[in-house]
Amino acid sequence: MAFSVTSKILEDGTAELSLVGELDASVANEFKVAVEKAAAEKAKKLVLNMKDLEFMSSAGLRVLVFAKQKMGSDVDIYVIAAQEAVRDTIEMTGFHHSVIMQDEYSAI
Amino acid sequence: MERVDAYPTHEYQGFKLRPGKPFPFGATFVPGGVNFSIYSSHATSCTLALFNKGEAQPKIEIPFPDEFRIGDVFAMTVFGLDYENIEYGYRMEGPFDPQQGHRFDPSKILLDPYAKAISGRDVWGKPPNWENIFPHRSLLVFDDFDWDDDRPLEIPMEDLVIYEMHVRSFTRHPSSGVKFPGTFAGIRQKLPYLKELGVNCIELMPIYEFDEFENSRTSPETGETLMNYWGYSTVGFFAPKSGLAATGKLGMQVDELKALVKDLHRNGIEVFLDVVFNHTAEGNENGPYISFKGIDNKTYYMLTPEGYYFNFSGTGNTLNCNNPVVRNIVLDCLRYWASEYHIDGFRFDLASILGRDPLGYPLSNPPLLESLAFDPILAKCKLIAEAWDAGGLYQVGSFPAYGRWAEWNGKYRDGLRRFLKGEPGLAGDIAQRLQGSPDLYASRGPTASINFITCHDGFTLYDLVSYNDKHNEANGEGNRDGANDNDSWNCGWEGPSTDPGINSMRIRQMKNAAAMLLVSQGVPMILMGDEVARTQNGNNNTYCQDNSLNWLDWNLMNSQSELFRFFKNCIKFRLAHPVFRNRWHLSNQDRIGSGYADISWHGTQAWNADWSGSSRLLAFMLNGKHARGGMVEDDDIYMAMNMHWDSQWFELPRLPEGKNWHVFANTSAPSPEDVWETGHEPLLENQNGILLGDRSVVILVGK
Repeated sequence: MAFSVTSKILEDGTAELSLVGELDASVANEFKVAVEKAAAEKAKKLVLNMKDLEFMSSAGLRVLVFAKQKMGSDVDIYVIAAQEAVRDTIEMTGFHHSVIMQDEYSAI
Repeated sequence: MERVDAYPTHEYQGFKLRPGKPFPFGATFVPGGVNFSIYSSHATSCTLALFNKGEAQPKIEIPFPDEFRIGDVFAMTVFGLDYENIEYGYRMEGPFDPQQGHRFDPSKILLDPYAKAISGRDVWGKPPNWENIFPHRSLLVFDDFDWDDDRPLEIPMEDLVIYEMHVRSFTRHPSSGVKFPGTFAGIRQKLPYLKELGVNCIELMPIYEFDEFENSRTSPETGETLMNYWGYSTVGFFAPKSGLAATGKLGMQVDELKALVKDLHRNGIEVFLDVVFNHTAEGNENGPYISFKGIDNKTYYMLTPEGYYFNFSGTGNTLNCNNPVVRNIVLDCLRYWASEYHIDGFRFDLASILGRDPLGYPLSNPPLLESLAFDPILAKCKLIAEAWDAGGLYQVGSFPAYGRWAEWNGKYRDGLRRFLKGEPGLAGDIAQRLQGSPDLYASRGPTASINFITCHDGFTLYDLVSYNDKHNEANGEGNRDGANDNDSWNCGWEGPSTDPGINSMRIRQMKNAAAMLLVSQGVPMILMGDEVARTQNGNNNTYCQDNSLNWLDWNLMNSQSELFRFFKNCIKFRLAHPVFRNRWHLSNQDRIGSGYADISWHGTQAWNADWSGSSRLLAFMLNGKHARGGMVEDDDIYMAMNMHWDSQWFELPRLPEGKNWHVFANTSAPSPEDVWETGHEPLLENQNGILLGDRSVVILVGK
């Protein structure tokens, strides 16, 4: 399924990105651009809705790492409703230590 | 201001280029591009081949312009590459003159010796495409892993308890219950088990990229595919084996292994790698071109004057480790693993080869071993040698150590095994082994001695007490492979038995072995699964078996809980008592005025050990005031070992006023009275002596 990313900035300064489809090397840059935009708008939190994300390749994970670096350590990154395969990838590569994994978004 | 050194100066068929930096070797990200650097002492020209991931043919081949070569190094920056989608290799031109040692073949595309990840065997055991013109491909790797505050643990050597395991074997068995069996991620899921057992170091059998299909064949006995399962044959020294990672098929093996190391460290467990620098997967003159052979055969391999491959490793070729160029790649490699993966220590397979000169003669002052010992990045890493090779060099006790190197103590293994099976006349030898082999390591101290009774080579502990002879038929070599001198004893029946007497003796013998190992001065190493009586059905060389001969059966945790508990309690006991973990050798004297020698020797009579040629028993007492050279005070320990087939009464040495003997372990007592929790040892009823059953040991605590 084709990849798409939609983003919105909420009133409290939270950037919410919804990822849909398959995130591989050919489309990872779209995700990266969306992250850069959120960073440029000085988002206070980054919420990644992954409910409809079916696959994430190494390139996708690298953008997650990039997001963490770009946003800075005081901006929490939430990974919401990741499907099993995506969640496994994040956990096996140890990145779950750097983000907050939730089934439903609830700010901490 | 924008950087001017990040702009291309050259162009080739639409690819923007710039003369590269020779350092560092390999492929490195630079602003806007990738720097490719590779050296060869004898190549006349070099071409970079770039592939889109998985495609049969390269998308572009870029010859290095003459002006991009400095010395013997070809270096080029290529701009605008799609990092995630690139595989790369090299073609090298040069002479083909085997007698002179040269085997250049520009028709081959070659793996970068510095490749940090390698594709081609992404999923373990998946049959490769044999038509692939470039089967092992170099990948680009990001160094963006977030380690938080992790670094190598630097646990003092004398405090280690090592657990030797094979990544795939540990969780591949269906009974493991992990989500991704046989992988780095699988080990992470089993962390609670390692914590419960209490080991603080795991030593991973080879995890550098290897080809499980190297020399694969069908077993005439079982019809199964026999593989290069253990992996003692390296394809790439800088890359973790993709097929051992659940995420290998996504190219994330680097992250997965780092995540494992980080989690182990968080749980207080160090990680050692078993590294194989003595040979590579390229075999001899009939073997494949993968990397070194086509890049600079004469530099990388030890060759006879006629240009054939020396075979000190028993596997076809021998890496030319004391050529300065090869020495540097070994050093670069270990520095990379220590700094980039936070590896705590290395065990060097057939390390004696690393001390041979380019013609194969042993060097008295081998520069490679010296540079590793004095390297600033490796300064806190543990370095452990398998101090022999397949060419007849045996250096246990004499490996060039430079104050750093420890050794797999083969004499400990042999001595303990013979004593265990009841051979007479070994009391003197065992006294040395239990003290950390001062006869071998007088000036190096007990931590030079890695004590082990079993390791991946040879019988498991259960098989050591269940088989007199090896049974390697499944390996398809007519039972000719594997060692013949196993110093094993089957307790009266070859293989599995239904006789309760035999089975209880086997359990007792395994407990005896565990007890002796875990009270010995030096560094104990346990083979994966010995704590639950893992068997290989008498096969003492399972290098090719991708099946239950190697896989740890987790059902044993239930059926062998008694043995597991014994191991676990002995490990805790060792870690609770510094008197077992001295940095320096015991003196057998009282140099601190405690009234007792640091260690004293006893027999059936206290203070009177039987060192005779017919002795099958020995007892010793460690005085707690001497712990850590007298720096800390510990309890007193008494251990008696009766390897005789009859029970023996041991008179006990008298403790100072106010102290009494308590029972920590008695292997002839039925479970759960065979071993006690540290700190909860019951008082011994008769303080004057104790009856040891046949083939059993007792450990007492004086407090």
